Amino acid sequence: MPTKIEKDTLSGQNTTGHEWDGVKELNTPLPTWWVYTFYATIVFAVVYCALYPSWPWLTGHTQGLLGYSSRAELRQELSAQAKERASFVDRIRTASLADIRKDPELFNFAMAGGRSAFQTNCMQCHGAGGGGSTGFPNLVDDDWIWGGSIDQIYATIEHGIRNSDDKSRQSMMPRFGADGLLTGAQVAAVTDYVLSLSGKAKATPEGAKIYEEQCVACHKAGGKGDQELGAPNLADGIWLYGGSRDAIYRSIFYARNGSMPAWSGRLDEATMKMLAVYVHALGGDR
Amino acid sequence: MASPARQTDTATPRPPTPEPPPLYAPRARVYPRAVSGKWRQIKWATLVVLLGLYYVVPWLRWDRGPGAPSQAILIDLDHRRGWFFDVVIWPQEVYFVTGLLILGAFGLFFASSLFGRVWCGFTCPQTVWTDLFMWVERMVEGDRNERMRLDRQPMSAGKAVRKTLKHAAWLAIAAATGGAWVFYYVDAPTTLLKIFRGEASMEVYTFVGLFTATTYVLAGWAREQVCTYMCPWPRFQAAMLDEQSLIVTYQKWRGEPRGKHKAGDSWAGRGDCIDCNLCVAVCPTGIDIRDGQQIECIGCGLCIDACTQTMEKVGRPTGLIRWDTLAAQQAKEARSAPVPWRPVRPRTLLYAALLGIVAIVMLVAFALRADTELTVQRDRNPNFVRLSNGDIRNSYAVKVLNKRRTPRHVHLEIDGLPSAQLGFVGADVEGSGATATLSVQPDTVGTFRVFVTVPASAAPSGAKPITFTVRDEAGDGRASHDAVFVGPGR
Repeated sequence: MPTKIEKDTLSGQNTTGHEWDGVKELNTPLPTWWVYTFYATIVFAVVYCALYPSWPWLTGHTQGLLGYSSRAELRQELSAQAKERASFVDRIRTASLADIRKDPELFNFAMAGGRSAFQTNCMQCHGAGGGGSTGFPNLVDDDWIWGGSIDQIYATIEHGIRNSDDKSRQSMMPRFGADGLLTGAQVAAVTDYVLSLSGKAKATPEGAKIYEEQCVACHKAGGKGDQELGAPNLADGIWLYGGSRDAIYRSIFYARNGSMPAWSGRLDEATMKMLAVYVHALGGDR
Repeated sequence: MASPARQTDTATPRPPTPEPPPLYAPRARVYPRAVSGKWRQIKWATLVVLLGLYYVVPWLRWDRGPGAPSQAILIDLDHRRGWFFDVVIWPQEVYFVTGLLILGAFGLFFASSLFGRVWCGFTCPQTVWTDLFMWVERMVEGDRNERMRLDRQPMSAGKAVRKTLKHAAWLAIAAATGGAWVFYYVDAPTTLLKIFRGEASMEVYTFVGLFTATTYVLAGWAREQVCTYMCPWPRFQAAMLDEQSLIVTYQKWRGEPRGKHKAGDSWAGRGDCIDCNLCVAVCPTGIDIRDGQQIECIGCGLCIDACTQTMEKVGRPTGLIRWDTLAAQQAKEARSAPVPWRPVRPRTLLYAALLGIVAIVMLVAFALRADTELTVQRDRNPNFVRLSNGDIRNSYAVKVLNKRRTPRHVHLEIDGLPSAQLGFVGADVEGSGATATLSVQPDTVGTFRVFVTVPASAAPSGAKPITFTVRDEAGDGRASHDAVFVGPGR
């Protein structure tokens, strides 16, 4: 309760009557409309609480009379966006991969859509930028195990590698050491031969002979590889499972036979096409 | 300070428990009276020019050829372009707007240090629209005394008609204001039709509604409350003013002691102020300028016009209320040598210099504004890639901005890696390698993926700075961007 209201001699205004250690407060009244504005914000808050989801409850929250939910709004925005994209997606679906690459508008759309689909579906194995890791091919380089043309990339995405899809890419390297086809010493000899293809070791005649008998059918003479069979090039500097002597020895002894899922059942055709355009732009044909 | 208060206390005994004072002050309505004179004329002229500009500018047409808007000034938010006659501003050039705002701020400081609150009194939108609304009010309800009488009257048919008419006129002006605002962002003629046909977008209606409401409330109802309670400018204008700033001043030394004056009475021994109260009656913020400079005063000069009228009527020299500086007033009051107004002083020089520097920087930046720009972003994941023959390759996302209204064909080259080979991915690329031609459509950004490959023997260890440059085939446009090439660390 104010105790002693005085008129301040300097300003001619009343004090509020409050005093703290000799300090007195001038009563400078706010305009009345200001306080009404404050009341209006309170009314707004009450109305808002009634209309929109607001109060937490033990098992959820109040729903609000408008039935608004941010999830529903997001769904709406996504479907609106899908509608906006539909014309482009249709054009992507009907155009051939080669035509998409020639049309700047479609190409840019496919690159953006492909990047987005890649970040969702592919980066877990192939890395965010397509850099790959041990056992998961690098898509940015020029070394393609099953072919780097845009149609080959599309086929690989559509049907995958060594899975149950009817048209999946299939090939099988024998487990030369583990299944007793070759002895440990023979595997070591052929390892040296493989290393010699990229100039990293001296080949023995025995290694060359085993390569001629066992490996050349798929990996071809000189280790050039065969994309039809998914047999990697052994003469370049790129190694999917590591290029050390030990890693190559293990690859021959146990075989690797990595796999990739078929995406035809999970992604629609337009998305797979956009993925093919994007991956091809990363390092295909180069 | 304490003793007079105590005297008052003993002189008038208070009740034991005093009434708590009100925390909120009811609004004292201001009924400004019409006045004519030099400053009123200047204010009318300013009002006509400013409102004219505001309402007319969106209707100016400017032929830019097909595919471009034909509105002279258009801020196209949907397509992210600002069109100002032949100048097109892209979103990344929004610093020109920042520069304009800085110019505006320094201009405000400069004008304030010279002439006090001329911005508030003459050009502030709040003042301009309030003036217009007051004029409408005066046309419908009459001048000060009639309006006060009308407001005291009980409601009647005549009063209801006048009030309705006034608010209808206010709302019409407010709606025109909101409409004009929208026209700066969308094509004016087509949108006007759409608004009336109910075909305009929700955004258009929302913003028209918003600006209609704020104009109506702020200029019709809130008026001087905006200046006194809401606007920050009166609070810190004190920092811009000094004793050499021209402000609206009541010459106390000449006016006091004030008092009523009958025709024929002597003027000896009294001041020139006849206490006619006209300066208070015309004040749009309802203050008494004779109390000295105060926060509510917007410096509109209407009290000067009122006082000039009165002084002419009673045959005394005009200028009892006038634009003057504090220093000059103090000299006059002390009857010492007159102090002339000094517009050139360190403060104004500083503001003028800042104004000039910002203006020059902006002009230079504008003159050197390139219509070709290049940005280069290196792929960092993976940092580099080793190709099957051992070569090292980096990939870059290259964007070429073409701000011209014609398609462009550019060549790209890099400096800093002599043995580098270039490769391109993009639908707008013709040819390959160093001679490849990149096409960029008019008024767009061309996006290309660029491979830079060097033999393993020439690959740098770690990052090496390189420079990308694009050159127009026609030879009249080029742009560069710095980047790095990353090789395997050794």
